[in-house]
Amino acid sequence: MAPPQPRHLLLLLLSFLAAASLATLAAAVYEDQVGLADWHQKYIGKVKQAVYHSQKSGRRRAVVLTEENVIASLDLRSGEIFWRHVIEKNDPIDQLSLSLGKYVVALSSGGSILRAWNLPDGQMIWETNLQVSKSSKPLLHVLSNNKVAKDNLVFVSAGRWIYAVSSIDGVISWGKEFSFDGLEIKQVVQSPDNDIIYAVGLAGSSKLNLYQLNAKTGEIAKHIQESFPSALCGETILGSHNVLVALDETRSGLFLIEFKGESISYNKVYILDLVQDLSGTVKLLPLMSNGVIALQASSTVSLLKLKGIDGLEVIQSFEQPAAVSDALTITEKDEAFAVVQHVGSEIELIVKFTSDVTNEFIREKINIDEHRGNIQKVFLNNYIRTDKSHGFRALLVMEDHSLLLVQQGEVVWSREDGLASIVDVTTSELPVEKDGVSVAKVEHNLFEWLKGHMLKLKGTLMLASVDELAVIQAMRLKSSEKNKMTRDHNGFRKLLIVLTKAGKVIALHTGDGRIIWSNLLQSLRASKSGEIPFALRIYQWQVPHHRVMHENPSILIVGRSGADSAAPGVLSVLDSYSGEELNSLRLDHSVVQIIPLTLEDSSEHRLQLIVDSHSHAHLYPRSPDAMNVFLHEMPNTYLYTVDIEKNVIRGHSLQKSCHNSDDEYCFSTKELWSIVFPSDTERIAISETRKMSEVVHTQAKIIADQDVMYKYLSKNLVFAATVSPKAAGEIGSAAPEEAWLMAYLIDAVTGRILHRVTHHGAQGPVHAVASENWVVYHYFNLRAHRFEMAVIEIYDQSRADNKDIMKLILGKHNLSAPITSYTRPEVMVKSQSYFFTFSVKAIAVTQTAKGITTKQLLIGTIGDQVLALDKRFVDPRRSVNPTQQEKEEGIIPLTDALPIIPTSYVTHSVQVEALQGIVSIPSKLESTTLVFAYGVDLFYTQLAPSRTYDSLTDEFSYALLLITIAALVAAIVVSWIWSEKKELRDKWR
Amino acid sequence: MEKGKGLARRWAVELHDTSSSSSSHSSVPDPPGFTRSAPDADDAAGARQRKDSETAWKAQKAWEVAQAPFKNLMMMGFMMWMAGSTVHLFSIGITFSALWQPISALRSVSKVFEPFKDPRVDTLAPKLLFIALNLAAMGLGVWKLNTLGLLPTNASDWVFSLAPSREVEYAGGGIPLH
Repeated sequence: MAPPQPRHLLLLLLSFLAAASLATLAAAVYEDQVGLADWHQKYIGKVKQAVYHSQKSGRRRAVVLTEENVIASLDLRSGEIFWRHVIEKNDPIDQLSLSLGKYVVALSSGGSILRAWNLPDGQMIWETNLQVSKSSKPLLHVLSNNKVAKDNLVFVSAGRWIYAVSSIDGVISWGKEFSFDGLEIKQVVQSPDNDIIYAVGLAGSSKLNLYQLNAKTGEIAKHIQESFPSALCGETILGSHNVLVALDETRSGLFLIEFKGESISYNKVYILDLVQDLSGTVKLLPLMSNGVIALQASSTVSLLKLKGIDGLEVIQSFEQPAAVSDALTITEKDEAFAVVQHVGSEIELIVKFTSDVTNEFIREKINIDEHRGNIQKVFLNNYIRTDKSHGFRALLVMEDHSLLLVQQGEVVWSREDGLASIVDVTTSELPVEKDGVSVAKVEHNLFEWLKGHMLKLKGTLMLASVDELAVIQAMRLKSSEKNKMTRDHNGFRKLLIVLTKAGKVIALHTGDGRIIWSNLLQSLRASKSGEIPFALRIYQWQVPHHRVMHENPSILIVGRSGADSAAPGVLSVLDSYSGEELNSLRLDHSVVQIIPLTLEDSSEHRLQLIVDSHSHAHLYPRSPDAMNVFLHEMPNTYLYTVDIEKNVIRGHSLQKSCHNSDDEYCFSTKELWSIVFPSDTERIAISETRKMSEVVHTQAKIIADQDVMYKYLSKNLVFAATVSPKAAGEIGSAAPEEAWLMAYLIDAVTGRILHRVTHHGAQGPVHAVASENWVVYHYFNLRAHRFEMAVIEIYDQSRADNKDIMKLILGKHNLSAPITSYTRPEVMVKSQSYFFTFSVKAIAVTQTAKGITTKQLLIGTIGDQVLALDKRFVDPRRSVNPTQQEKEEGIIPLTDALPIIPTSYVTHSVQVEALQGIVSIPSKLESTTLVFAYGVDLFYTQLAPSRTYDSLTDEFSYALLLITIAALVAAIVVSWIWSEKKELRDKWR
Repeated sequence: MEKGKGLARRWAVELHDTSSSSSSHSSVPDPPGFTRSAPDADDAAGARQRKDSETAWKAQKAWEVAQAPFKNLMMMGFMMWMAGSTVHLFSIGITFSALWQPISALRSVSKVFEPFKDPRVDTLAPKLLFIALNLAAMGLGVWKLNTLGLLPTNASDWVFSLAPSREVEYAGGGIPLH
């Protein structure tokens, strides 16, 4: 009877202990703390298509499709998002349309998936999978229904297939595959009477096929084929309801093709006859209207009027940059379109009617911020004014990916949607608060301060009314303290400087996420010659401390002037406080790798090495001072390259001066070592190193029994993972027997493999993070059908015998001697792996100012949330039954899976859609780190992995403390007086 | 009470007249308290005896005082055993009092043996015993401190905040930018 009792008790105690230890690990925010230290911003990305609600619905909304694969419904009054769907990147949406005025129909994945959402609230209504032959440019055509009909058909054409889908329930009414080889349908045209549709397809490059189909049944009524003397490039548009305009292969001629009932007739027009000065590629802009087409060349946009098939007439030419909108049906007969062009620093919106193209209905000049760049797209919409006349508004998409609504010559609202595609992030300190310079409004007076604290006190003592609670909450959220433009004591206020895909650099304040400055870099803007530069990275350039404090810090932006990796690079130096471009440099070499060195010159410029495609390294900044600093360290500087295509890792040393160049800032490289992975068994999946800026507090790790282990802390440690070639694809594409993952720890100086471990039956995608002396990586276990996370910790065994206390006291040890990779390292490796529920988008680790605070892994989950997982859970020293000492040390009993504690979501209730990266920035307070997660959305918060042990929280009630002290003092005085009196009475007695 | 009995009488005043004895040759009475008669030999012997017993008593007392910390030591040991080996308020209090008591006792060692100061009493040995016992008590305290893990006696205590050593080489790179 008795024996089982203690065991039960023990179990109970153990479970209680476990629960208690878990409770301390979870750090969540209360509901009323949301928004105090964190902010969340929603974006959609660069708009590529916009459709407006019909006027009849009475709602002023637009549905937009963006390049970030987002479908969103925007309020036209404010630009706010009503609803939004972020679709996976592997399911790219091609086209968007409205049907019956209440459904949003979107075609994605090369025409194979058709979805419909409810227009007002964004609920999905149906999804239909279509069988299409191959991925070609799919077309979506919604039957415009003038009569009130119950059903409306949506036509989808892709390759040889054409489908008619009911827009109410997504049922395929008919599908047809044209039995003609190499046919690609280019246009689906609806004839004025609804029952007939025409499908125009190209077979090969010169055979035009016209099918006449019954819209209800899909039966082919007619098929006409016509061959052309010269090849077509495939770009066609519909000039008017029965004239097709096609560009020929050389892009110098236009075919005007008329199909009239039975026959096809055509005529060829040379573009040069119409428009002079055609350079670059010519494009047809899809402006479907009454015989007006737009032709885009690199220097001009021309509007052409179609005169049957006899020829074309140029109406007007606009200098590039200019944009033309699609035609907008105003009345039965008439259509309007907009042209936007730049005039000086302003832009001009011109609205014309197709019936009278020579006249302009509206010509408005609009002032636009110069950092928005050129106009890229315009979407026109009309509204009926109170006096029944037509008013127009337009959505403009600018070069920096921002979206603006213009109406009556003014920008009504703008959205900074470039922030949906962040390439890289860095931070900058804010200016120091100087005496006499009032940067922000000084705090309210003492009375108000006291009033505020009294209110807070009321809240603490639960005496406050509902209204007062609301005031308290508003006060906390608005706290001007966190939004000041100066450096604070705790280092919470910083600038997050982000580089967007559009080449715009934007500085956000960490307090509330507002934009402090933005700069669209001239060097990263598309040039007239057509090359599209792109932004690569952003680095700290100069971080002044003591001596040059009067100088502003600056940042370096590295870009490439073309899509090719051999294209010359561009450098830009920006002032961190104002965003002004201090210096811009077009390099005469390409940028393949950028290596920020740990060195600084005398003016505190950070030294950077840029490696070009010829494996030459170039030193920046190009100053003799920097050169001196670098030459001193050059023999100890090495480069390594992880070449995924060639499946090899190479290490190089640097040598003075290049072979065929007298540029003294150029260094040639010499290959020292290489690790060639056998490509039939291994493919490099990932390589990861520690963050250069990471601070490590100590090299010793104290374990149970006061024992010491010395961490192998080398910044040159590279983690690389390879997967078997068969398992390189999607999960499930390989059998467990032919899938494996190998993890390597490599010294990047000598190329020595310090450790290698094979996970059989594992496959990618691999995500990894390295910090201090450990690496955590995430992969899929095919045998267990679950995701796994593994940890490798590496210890330095050669230092392990430093255990003599006398020697340590007297300092006679080799622990602080500089270490070199050329001494033979004796390492000890511990590893362990655990199941993990989620697939992962990104992993990062918290960074603190001194590296004392325990670390947390920041895991970007598939649900676009950021989960904070204590490093203690991924400790290879965990065991099923830890000893008493190990428990005291904080080792958690081993479980097969890592726990997901709902309260440890850093992003609490919000989602960072399309999560891409997580950055952790140390603050000056050791306990606290700043976390910035970006994707389509932005999220920022402060995180204290071991609680804020070094400061009082904001919630701390100073008023309560003061009142308590005052009450105590009063009590002391009163009791003293009483005791005096009593004593006196006693003496008189 | 006992204490008062053992002490030797230093002086006494005889206030009533004793002129009838041997003060005839002078009309002037002796000053009060003056006895003309020579000290009695018997009296002197008694005094010596008294003094001897006093010395013995002093020596005995000194030894007693010297041994007093031993009891303390036993009690402390028991308290420490009760306090356990984890660091908390009680064990810290016990340990620090165990350390403080011997120190304060050692500082006042001369004061403690002050009453037994006598040229004929040898207080050195009791003093030494006293000191030794107190040192033992202090040792016990230190040992307790160590069992609590508050003494830097392990290697870990000397390296726990040892900064990472500098690396000579620096390697940078990674996957080329695409």
